[in-house]
Amino acid sequence: MKRFFAVAFLIMRKDLRVETRSLELFLTTLFFAVSSVLVFAFGFVRNGRPVENAVAGILWIAIAFAGTLALGRTFERERYHDVLRSLLLAPVDRPAIYVGKLLGILTLLAAVEVVVVPLIALLFQAPLFRHPVLLFLLLLLGTLGFTAVGTLFGAMLVRARSRDVLLPVLLYPITIPVIIAGVRGTAVLLQPEMDLAIVRAWIGMLAFFDVVFITLSLWTFEPVMTE
Amino acid sequence: MMQRMFPPLIVLAMIFFVCAPVFIAWAPYESTMGLVQKIFYFHLPSWAAMFVAAIVCGIASVVFLFKGRVIADRIAVASAELAVVFGLIGLVSGPLWARKAWGVWWQWDARLTMALVLWMIFVAYLLLREYGGPGSEKLAAGVALFGMANVPFVYWSVNVWRTVHPTTNVVPTLVPGMRGALWWSLIGFLLLYALAMMARVRLEEQRATLERVYRELDD
Amino acid sequence: MASALLASSTTQGSPNFDRVVFVDVSKHFGRHRALAHVSLECGTGEVLGFLGGNGAGKSTLLALAATMLEPSGGHIRYGGRSAREQGSSLRGNIGLLGHEVQLYPELTARENLEFFAELYGLDQVGDRSSEALRHAGLSSRGDDLIGGFSRGMRQRVALERTLLHQPRLLLLDEPFTGLDEGASSALVERLEALKRDGRIIFLTTHDFEIAELVLDRAMLLRAGRLLPFSQTGESLRARYLDAMRSELKPGSAE
Repeated sequence: MKRFFAVAFLIMRKDLRVETRSLELFLTTLFFAVSSVLVFAFGFVRNGRPVENAVAGILWIAIAFAGTLALGRTFERERYHDVLRSLLLAPVDRPAIYVGKLLGILTLLAAVEVVVVPLIALLFQAPLFRHPVLLFLLLLLGTLGFTAVGTLFGAMLVRARSRDVLLPVLLYPITIPVIIAGVRGTAVLLQPEMDLAIVRAWIGMLAFFDVVFITLSLWTFEPVMTE
Repeated sequence: MMQRMFPPLIVLAMIFFVCAPVFIAWAPYESTMGLVQKIFYFHLPSWAAMFVAAIVCGIASVVFLFKGRVIADRIAVASAELAVVFGLIGLVSGPLWARKAWGVWWQWDARLTMALVLWMIFVAYLLLREYGGPGSEKLAAGVALFGMANVPFVYWSVNVWRTVHPTTNVVPTLVPGMRGALWWSLIGFLLLYALAMMARVRLEEQRATLERVYRELDD
Repeated sequence: MASALLASSTTQGSPNFDRVVFVDVSKHFGRHRALAHVSLECGTGEVLGFLGGNGAGKSTLLALAATMLEPSGGHIRYGGRSAREQGSSLRGNIGLLGHEVQLYPELTARENLEFFAELYGLDQVGDRSSEALRHAGLSSRGDDLIGGFSRGMRQRVALERTLLHQPRLLLLDEPFTGLDEGASSALVERLEALKRDGRIIFLTTHDFEIAELVLDRAMLLRAGRLLPFSQTGESLRARYLDAMRSELKPGSAE
């Protein structure tokens, strides 16, 4: 058990170290997220103000798009020098590799969100930080759910053809509950009279989703990765 | 066994489908919607068949993923294709009915959204199998598993978000005359599903045999 | 210090085996048959070579031996037991040096080696990676990024990475490609030492001269099948040409 987490953290540290050398993924993902936000802004603004509830939608769609990009690029890197295979060759529990990669990508997306979320609050004058703890929980659990499924699918598709287009095709339908919960939860947070019960319900659902899908991913990682 | 059951089942299915229009015509008109309501006898059974197909695909995928039995993979792909077909019938018949009956083509309520998402997951499953290259059978099985696990979450979340679908209790509140026609159609569609499954699984077996022969060609 | 490192074994509970046996192994990817009905045996202290053109199935064979692929038919036994029975610890006894270098270009040579040492659960990670760099003749370049290395240098580091955990079964896919004279003879010596140490070595190569020096036995693959190949006689190249001739013109061999 200890070894499981040791391996997972080892892989996460390695991924972060590789990333900090070039910052390629962080910068490109961040820029892409910001561009998406701008595109949505032009799409959803009426009379100089964003359409009601658009802010929550813009935030979560930007996360979804940026997340897909980051996932695709991470595994493309693995594929390029076949290093994923060298991880699979090692005498480690395969699910530990999954957890390691998951934590690495989650950290990357968290770094992107640290910039993008305040930016959105600024651009749209949206009081996103009125309830910071709740917002943090929504973002954390939502991004985790999205990344959990995305990491599994990304790893799965490493050897497949047409992997670039297949990742979003597979990922988006499955992560619809995450997006719904994220958007609705955030929208409620933005209302002047926030209904705590509803936000709690969404947070609860996200937590449950995360538990179920991380468990499923841990179970299926090994069978799905063996050829 | 499957082979011998096939002809009598076809005959049975044909009887059902031939008689169905008669029963449907005999069924009483629904008070508010009139003739249009009769689409219902195709709409509901189509969705029922899709859900059966979805569940069969999900179970078969789990068996294939964790036990590696090839027959499970064949059943999974056959079921997925039928899920897409029956789902499509449901998705087309629904809006046709809704437009006439309630004036809107589509509504974002829990049931409809869940059905649509489930349908899309099976479309994604087929896209993966078709374009993913060799070895995508196992990957698709993983997608099917995740898709099935996803369904309760979609239902719950859209439910909390909106609730509009009006006909939650259609079957119990049906006038007795309607009930007969409905069950008849339902069984007809499920028979159709079973038949198509048999044919498709057999086709898949033959395709696999052909591939094996092709491979052994230069032995 | 080297012998102390050699003595300490750290992959916990890794069962060791004396023979690797392929029994009627086949592997296909969809319609493409990569390997067909291959049977072979190899024991400790032996270097088994695989010759054959591109696409003959050599890399697939190594990947199967490394448990990276599961056979479509037949089975593989390590000391009488299958990979499935032995679980993930079996991989601690196998080392694969593939076509792809499998190193992270954004990390230094030392960082790469230390990462893999830790991944394999080895102790004294720093010492081991220094030792490995010394073997590769790259001690001075240890803190340079792999991305800046030439193909030959990367190959040397990759080889050391494969040997870090002292695997019983060593699988080398064209290890001499990209090596210059000096590095080649160093590798030949290394293989001799490993042979004496009782390892089981599978090796694929295109280079007949080097193969002569290093191989105990050779097998010839073509389109996934093993061709009849005589183990005795003149040079490897001559036997190879013989085998290919009889394959291409069956019945006209003298």
